[in-house]
Amino acid sequence: MKYLSTTACVLAVLATGAWADPDDDELVINGDIEIVTQTAAPAHLEGVMDTIYSGWRFRSDETQSVQADDFDNPGMLGVEVGIDLWNAVEGTEGESCASCHGSPEEMAGVSATYPKWNEEAGEVRTLTMQVNDCRENRMGAEPYAYDKGDAVNMTALLTSVSRGMPMDVAIDGPAQSTWEAGKELYYTRFGQLELSCANCHEDNYGSMIRADHLSQGQINGFPTYRLKNTKLNGVQSRFKGCIRDTRAATFNPGSPELIALELYVASRGNGLSVEGPSVRN
Amino acid sequence: MADGVKPRVRVPKEASAGEAIQIKTLISHPMESGQRKDDDGNTIPRSIINRFTVEFEGENVIDVMLEPAISTNPYFEFEATVPTSGTFVFTWYDDDGDVYTEEKAITVA
Amino acid sequence: MQITRRDALTLGAGALTLAALPMPVFAATADVDAAIAEFTGGAEMGADGIILTAPEIAENGNTVPIEVSAPGAAAIMVLATGNPTPKVGTINFGPLAAAQFASTRIRLAGTQDVMAIARMQDGSFVQASAEVKVTIGGCGG
Repeated sequence: MKYLSTTACVLAVLATGAWADPDDDELVINGDIEIVTQTAAPAHLEGVMDTIYSGWRFRSDETQSVQADDFDNPGMLGVEVGIDLWNAVEGTEGESCASCHGSPEEMAGVSATYPKWNEEAGEVRTLTMQVNDCRENRMGAEPYAYDKGDAVNMTALLTSVSRGMPMDVAIDGPAQSTWEAGKELYYTRFGQLELSCANCHEDNYGSMIRADHLSQGQINGFPTYRLKNTKLNGVQSRFKGCIRDTRAATFNPGSPELIALELYVASRGNGLSVEGPSVRN
Repeated sequence: MADGVKPRVRVPKEASAGEAIQIKTLISHPMESGQRKDDDGNTIPRSIINRFTVEFEGENVIDVMLEPAISTNPYFEFEATVPTSGTFVFTWYDDDGDVYTEEKAITVA
Repeated sequence: MQITRRDALTLGAGALTLAALPMPVFAATADVDAAIAEFTGGAEMGADGIILTAPEIAENGNTVPIEVSAPGAAAIMVLATGNPTPKVGTINFGPLAAAQFASTRIRLAGTQDVMAIARMQDGSFVQASAEVKVTIGGCGG
């Protein structure tokens, strides 16, 4: 009757989660761009965690490989649209992004520093807000709807040229109060399930939540092409969905709460490479 | 025509005669399956790429019949041999009657 | 052979666990049989000379990478036996195909067997199957 006990063991392992930690795979995009998917946690996470991991390390080999080649990565379709948007003259001033900034490659490194304090405006701005500021005040064009198609395609273009560069958002100085507000949200339990971001992504990353391998919830890979909805997803839309799934009245993309949360969560990934557009489940 | 349909093809620029070359193709297309419903509960009509062909100088490489179970943004990878320099012609056929084509030249040394 | 009380309990627990797993959705077997008959004309199918590569566990059923290879095939048909409509696609190989091989991404409605059937150039048929477990996200998000 030995096989009976073996069966029981297998079932027990399935029930408690066959996977645990992130895997050991390494990501090099197009055989060229080396991506840091694991590094020492930034100083502000001292006592919380020692090592930070990109969400890529928690995905299956099949999903991981889609991101390793730009041709295979459907998120690059959004980048292609982004290039057309970049070069398009829009608005009353007869300008395009390109007429001031040159080629998209000139923006290498920019996305790694967002969200970022804007001195003139006296506020922390996300990359999307900055793009919309340019559109409204320099191009005389309509702002993009927050996290909708063209906004996400444009941010995907801007992250794509920064891939491989380390996330480096500033959390001190004038940005500090927004960062503190984001931190408070991160640790606040929401919804009927009474879950905070930290309950899953800090306390339980590496574990299985039903059939899903929980990551640290890092956002260095946004915008993200999800196999689930087969489109590029903006980070604040993901936050909205995550909080909604705790069965809470959630926040909308572009709201002060999600801007603060984006700054805080981005800072938890300082040191990981920019990966957007990444591929996730 | 479905919005934003754009074919993409990766073919090496050069090959030797008879060499097996790897080709990858991807076309942006929603591949609406006809199984989904909209917010009002009405079935969203099927709208897919139903056929994809690859020819080289009039000779066939592959000819694929696609069903709604092919994922959004249909992707294919396959191998071809070319006897001489020439041009690949890639053709995608949409349910709505539209036809999308892409051509790639290859030099045989 | 004697079944002890402990064994009986273990068996019971195993059966309960299995019962709690989500049941796969099956297309009507008749649809699968009809699709096979249409392609093979009811001919016998061998099992050698065809390889179907699919992930054991797919992270999302919307985009599952698969690969088929059958040296000497004229055509390969792929079926998702558990989809509402089982046909996935048929690849016909022309004279300039370097290998009777193709890789693509498919939709699976749930955990099920994926099947590939090749029609060889001599008119014979071979088939291969692979079970793919389709998972869904943690919170449905």
